[in-house]
Amino acid sequence: MEKNKYSIIVPTYNERLNIALLVYLIFKHLRDVDFEIIIVDDGSPDGTQQVVEQLQQLYGEDRILLRARAKKLGLGTAYIHGLKHASGNFVVIMDADLSHHPKYLPSFIKKQLETGASIVTGTRYVKGGGVHGWNLMRKLTSRGANVLAQTLLWPGVSDLTGSFRLYRKSVLEDIISSCVSKGYVFQMEMIVRASRKGYHIEEVPISFVDRVYGISKLGGSEIVEYLKGLAYLLVTT
Amino acid sequence: MTLLVAISALWIGLLQTSIIPRSHTWLLPIYFIVSLGCYGLLMVGVGLMQFPTCPQEAILLQQDVAEAKEFLKQKGVDVGGCD
Repeated sequence: MEKNKYSIIVPTYNERLNIALLVYLIFKHLRDVDFEIIIVDDGSPDGTQQVVEQLQQLYGEDRILLRARAKKLGLGTAYIHGLKHASGNFVVIMDADLSHHPKYLPSFIKKQLETGASIVTGTRYVKGGGVHGWNLMRKLTSRGANVLAQTLLWPGVSDLTGSFRLYRKSVLEDIISSCVSKGYVFQMEMIVRASRKGYHIEEVPISFVDRVYGISKLGGSEIVEYLKGLAYLLVTT
Repeated sequence: MTLLVAISALWIGLLQTSIIPRSHTWLLPIYFIVSLGCYGLLMVGVGLMQFPTCPQEAILLQQDVAEAKEFLKQKGVDVGGCD
């Protein structure tokens, strides 16, 4: 059997502390797995890249790849950029802010091996998963958005906007090229398009701990963007 | 999308054939949308009540963070400063 290699793509912007903690935790939880971490840093002014260079010296430049870009260019293109440098046959995408805990990586890999799925997506809305640090408003918008999307799109997955996912590399390359949205909607578009193309998608429960209290990423303009994205997906898929 | 088309086709069909009185058929989409809205609100309510939370995970993460910081500091990685 062919040996699997996992490329973990982490987009960063001003995550100098979190990226170090994340890298440590990834190495702690993935011991018998061949993997590389690809950090796509969008020109953070806080010295994220210097910390990554220190980590490279500690763990090896073949395990941690720094693929920086000059300025903030958005999440979708960060994935494409990281994907170009990925040498594994599987790609994991996760956030750098530790809301996605590396301890779930083995369950993603195990699920994929068991089912042969093309995509394994982390879900916060099933037993064993969960969210911490969200206020009522955040929960309400999250539920509302989810019910709306489930009713209109029938995607077959319970968590559309989460971004902690494992992809077969060829599958990610295939769907990412047909996605045009940004931000939250981008995550949703990827999974909806994958579902429409008939790729085998599996889910694993994850917990999502929001450490940045008080800052709601879901403002009024985000909700409008979300609704526009939903309508766009409804007519194009 | 196909489902939407099918439903509207059925509705127009009902309008044309007028099996049931026309005035009732005209109101059907409104009933449909209202019931869909009720269903949505109900699902949001149910989802909110059963929203899975994990306070213990936050504590575990705190421990992991402390452990990682300790290790990285020993290895000379710069983890001081902002958090």
